[in-house]
Amino acid sequence: MSAPNKSYDPVEVEALKPEEIERMRDEALAAFAAAGSLEALHEAKVAHTGPTSPLALANREIGALPPQAKAEAGKRVGMARGAVNKALAARQAELEAERDARVLVEEAVDVTLPHDRIPSGARHPITTLSERIEDVFVAMGYEVAEGPEVEAEWFNFDALNIAKDHPARAMQDTLFVQGPDKKAESEVVLRTHTSPVQVRTMLDREPPIYVICPGRVYRMDELDATHTPVFTQVELLAVDEGLTMADLKGTIEHMVRALFGEGLTTRLRPNYFPFTEPSAELDMQCYVCRGASAGDPERPCRTCSSEGWIELGGCGMVNPRVLTAAGIDPEKYSGFAFGFGIERLLMFRHNVEDMRDMVEGDVRFTRPFGMEI
Amino acid sequence: MRAPLSWLREYVDLPAGESGRDVQAKLIAAGLEVERVEQLGGDLTGPLVVGQVLTIEELEGFRKPIRFCTVDVGQANGTGEPQEIVCGARNFAVGDKVVVALPGAVLPGDFAIAERKTYGKVSRGMICSGDELGLGDDGSHGIIVLTPEHEVGTDAIELLQLVDEVLDIAVTPDRGYCLSMRGIAREAAIAYGLPLRDPALLDVPAPNAHGYPVQIADPAGCSRFTARTVTGIDAEARSPIWLQRRLQKAGMRPVSLTVDITNYVMLELGQPLHAYDRSRLDGPIGVRRAQPGEKLTTLDGTKRVLDAEDLVITDNRGPIGLAGVMGGADTEIADHGAAQSSSEVVIEAAHFDPVPVARTARRHKLTSEASKRFERGVDPQAASAAAQRTVDLLVLLAGATAEAGVTEITAPSAPRTIAVRADHPDRVAGVAYGRETVVRRLQQVGCDVYGQDELIVTVPSWRPDLTDPNDLAEEVIRLEGYENLPATLPQPPAGRGLTNRQRLHRRVGRALAGAGYTEVLNYPFFGDEALEHLGLEADDPRRSTVRVANPLSDAEPALRTTMLPGLFAALRRNDGRGEHDLALFETGLVFLPTGKEVTPARLPIDRRPTDEEIASLDAALPRQPRRAAVVLAGAREQAGWWGKGRPAGWADAVEAGRTVAREAGVELTVRQDQTAPFHPGRCAALFAVVDGTETLVGNAGELHPRVTKAFGLPERTCAMEIDLDLLERAGTGPVEAPHVSAFPVATQDVALVVDASVPAADVEAALKDGAGELLESLRLFDVFTGEQLGEGKKSLAYALRFRAADRTLTADEATAAREAAVQSAVERTGAVLRG
Repeated sequence: MSAPNKSYDPVEVEALKPEEIERMRDEALAAFAAAGSLEALHEAKVAHTGPTSPLALANREIGALPPQAKAEAGKRVGMARGAVNKALAARQAELEAERDARVLVEEAVDVTLPHDRIPSGARHPITTLSERIEDVFVAMGYEVAEGPEVEAEWFNFDALNIAKDHPARAMQDTLFVQGPDKKAESEVVLRTHTSPVQVRTMLDREPPIYVICPGRVYRMDELDATHTPVFTQVELLAVDEGLTMADLKGTIEHMVRALFGEGLTTRLRPNYFPFTEPSAELDMQCYVCRGASAGDPERPCRTCSSEGWIELGGCGMVNPRVLTAAGIDPEKYSGFAFGFGIERLLMFRHNVEDMRDMVEGDVRFTRPFGMEI
Repeated sequence: MRAPLSWLREYVDLPAGESGRDVQAKLIAAGLEVERVEQLGGDLTGPLVVGQVLTIEELEGFRKPIRFCTVDVGQANGTGEPQEIVCGARNFAVGDKVVVALPGAVLPGDFAIAERKTYGKVSRGMICSGDELGLGDDGSHGIIVLTPEHEVGTDAIELLQLVDEVLDIAVTPDRGYCLSMRGIAREAAIAYGLPLRDPALLDVPAPNAHGYPVQIADPAGCSRFTARTVTGIDAEARSPIWLQRRLQKAGMRPVSLTVDITNYVMLELGQPLHAYDRSRLDGPIGVRRAQPGEKLTTLDGTKRVLDAEDLVITDNRGPIGLAGVMGGADTEIADHGAAQSSSEVVIEAAHFDPVPVARTARRHKLTSEASKRFERGVDPQAASAAAQRTVDLLVLLAGATAEAGVTEITAPSAPRTIAVRADHPDRVAGVAYGRETVVRRLQQVGCDVYGQDELIVTVPSWRPDLTDPNDLAEEVIRLEGYENLPATLPQPPAGRGLTNRQRLHRRVGRALAGAGYTEVLNYPFFGDEALEHLGLEADDPRRSTVRVANPLSDAEPALRTTMLPGLFAALRRNDGRGEHDLALFETGLVFLPTGKEVTPARLPIDRRPTDEEIASLDAALPRQPRRAAVVLAGAREQAGWWGKGRPAGWADAVEAGRTVAREAGVELTVRQDQTAPFHPGRCAALFAVVDGTETLVGNAGELHPRVTKAFGLPERTCAMEIDLDLLERAGTGPVEAPHVSAFPVATQDVALVVDASVPAADVEAALKDGAGELLESLRLFDVFTGEQLGEGKKSLAYALRFRAADRTLTADEATAAREAAVQSAVERTGAVLRG
């Protein structure tokens, strides 16, 4: 910085005259306003705010003024530069907005174009429906139990009170596993229900037991529109002190509400299963016609064949003999069990017309079911 | 069991207006599975009357013989004049009583009868066959010829009981007594609160020593044997209409009077009976087990070789029947009307143990009306009544004489009692029925009940299924109505949610579906053909399979040892249906024999098996690990406006393996492999560290061209199969959070030239080891081959990112780390730094 000029003559500092500063400011503002593009504005910026711009040069002269004149001149120049910078920023913003608007319009695309580059996959509805049922019970405190599909006859039959010559054993046409030396009597079968998992669970755990057992089961049957020899069952088992048929009924009603919504009644009909006593067949009111189709030929219902009821599965109080075989004291504990087929449930919950669709693995069938059901 | 409503009303005075559907609803609520109610004659209207044939004129000159008849129908036609009817049947003669449909009648199938000209005559009605009336053929293959006692002009709709309702009941194995009208009537009587007229309450003469001799060598198999003899059976006697009609409605075909009567009594009382032609019996009737190799021709004409366990009926010559299953042809009674019809028969009403009957029926694949009943339990107390009823009907209908001799052999037995607390049904149901209700309901089903708080219940002889307190509870609860049970919710203890394994299975499914794979669920069966098509070596463990003794399909008798053939079939099916860009997955069990399976001993059920016993059961089973597998073909990425598509390739299959492993928290080590069914140059082995040891957990890659051809798959189909159980064990547990450094990253690229045979994974591993702790990540961004590299060489270009946790790396530090990485690659893989 130069030393103060003691022989100051204001007349000689032309650039710091007020009218001169105003002129510089106005020229700058005019130049900014005239700039029609960001490039032009940049040139104007260099010309009017750069280090060689008139205002910058004027600013430099302030140092040459006597101290008593510096403040006023500084203030005058500073205000002018402030106004110029503000105008520049405003114009800059204005021009940028214009540019953005223009460029973004140019960049517009057709957002309706498809982007199915990798088509989405899906999980099988049998899997997801089974999981959904598991979740209903897990939320109640039940746990999920699993077991082998190739199973010892003792677990599949004997422990469930199905004696060797009981007609119930023939009721479920069983697929038997060939013995080690190709004998048929291997005492090993493809499980005909998931009930052996119940037995294994009771052997493994102490009551109270609240489990749900989903899984694949096998029966000698022809594949057709309403049957498949390999299907999926879900069974639940509760063993605790003082459990009653009323508890069984309440539990089933809760499940039906969770899966089908409020307001559907359920019905128990006496039936026979060796592993439960008393036993019942469980029906739920048809969730499509809500029972209105029964006896009304004007309102036929495909879902329930106008019966008004849909057969869900079998249930009952665990036969005390089963508890005994599994090492649980039937004097102290009682239990209930309930089992049903997921394929049938899927059929009427989702209007599947042909069970073969669940078996054949056609992706057109499965894809719409997505990840959850 | 088919139960005609009209027959049921013989034993219970059901309300007059009660329809079959009403009765069905009541019986269903009581626990009988009434599957449907058949309406008989619902679409039938008269006039339908008895007529007598007066004249028959044979009409000549037609392609088939035609008769022009005049038939006396009494006043039924309004004139009393003979009715002129043209008829094509020939099994009748002048004087026979027949069934005539007069003009105006409508027969089943909306068949309206009217006067019409035919064969040059005017026919005014029709002479009817059983088929035309909806009865089924009566065996004559012609028109119905009635017995002479029926008067002309009688209404035949009522005479033939054409209008009725039949309840079709699926009888559960515990309700053997409901395989009889007596049992169903008992349930109906209870359901309606009406008295039952028990048809088994008959006066039966006391046994004596003059009856037909019977010797029982196996009293456990045969606890009761009643034999009665009747003589003088009229060879001309035929079953009356009511008897024939009841048999037909119950689903049995009338055969001959004696057989019809035994069938009728079986339907009525549930007791199977057998009638032997006394003239063809040689010596006393015996009951014993068969000697191995003995032969018997049963009534169905089949010659059977007997097993030592078969319970048989014998005479001096050997077996004459399979006890409780089917009689033998040699002692069969001859038909009425036959030249040598049986005029003397011995009636057997016996009680056989369910177990040998069931075994024999199963062994000989021979189910009969008798075996069905014995397997489910027959009322032993009804045997002598059933014999008496048969004798009575033979006397009544066949003009026979009952001999005075009554043979009755009975093994001693006491009535069964069950001790049960009076409040037990309450505790099972969760309802306070009270003692009075419990006792009343048990008495209704036929029990004798004594005691106050502790009841001693004697169960009726027809309910062998009632053995335990819970059986009695069920009787009370069902009769009080399942529909009246309240609904309560038990309070389980807090649960632990899904297990890690279960959550892993769900995650794997979601991850694969998210990656574009669609789940399929295949049957787990395959056959030798699939093993061949896979191109497995002779000693490949996948050839060792668990076999089904009675497979669904003879071509697929084995349980899968690999998931792939099932997926191939699903892929092929989809491809055949026009979907060509496919990515499928399945998770499920495979079945791997241990080679040490031993048939386990049969364990009791009256106690918990010991841990050793449970282990012996498990040792009989194959290993059943859970696998995940994928198969893919066609385009993995579709072509579109964004550019070209990309075919599915081996790398997608390997990546599917990584996707699955990632869900288990496992980083796979991939190695080059050569194993069936994969392309030998495009096959990856997938390794993971399981319990501290690096273990093969799966394979992935492109299929061998021979395999794609053999399975009929699209070219270059790729597949992956991985063991989820092993992956679960390889999981490293909860993730430890990384320290995230905020210091700047230093990126360095290297290009290395190696022999084409050097796996990229080895180079990467060497770089990682050499770079040390400063290496944050490493990425292969280019693979390049070309002339300038020389034959058999490839260039691998990596981007290395270095970063320190506590400082900004200097350029020198980054370079030193990079050089160390390169040096490691040079030493371990023979790499040469390029350019």
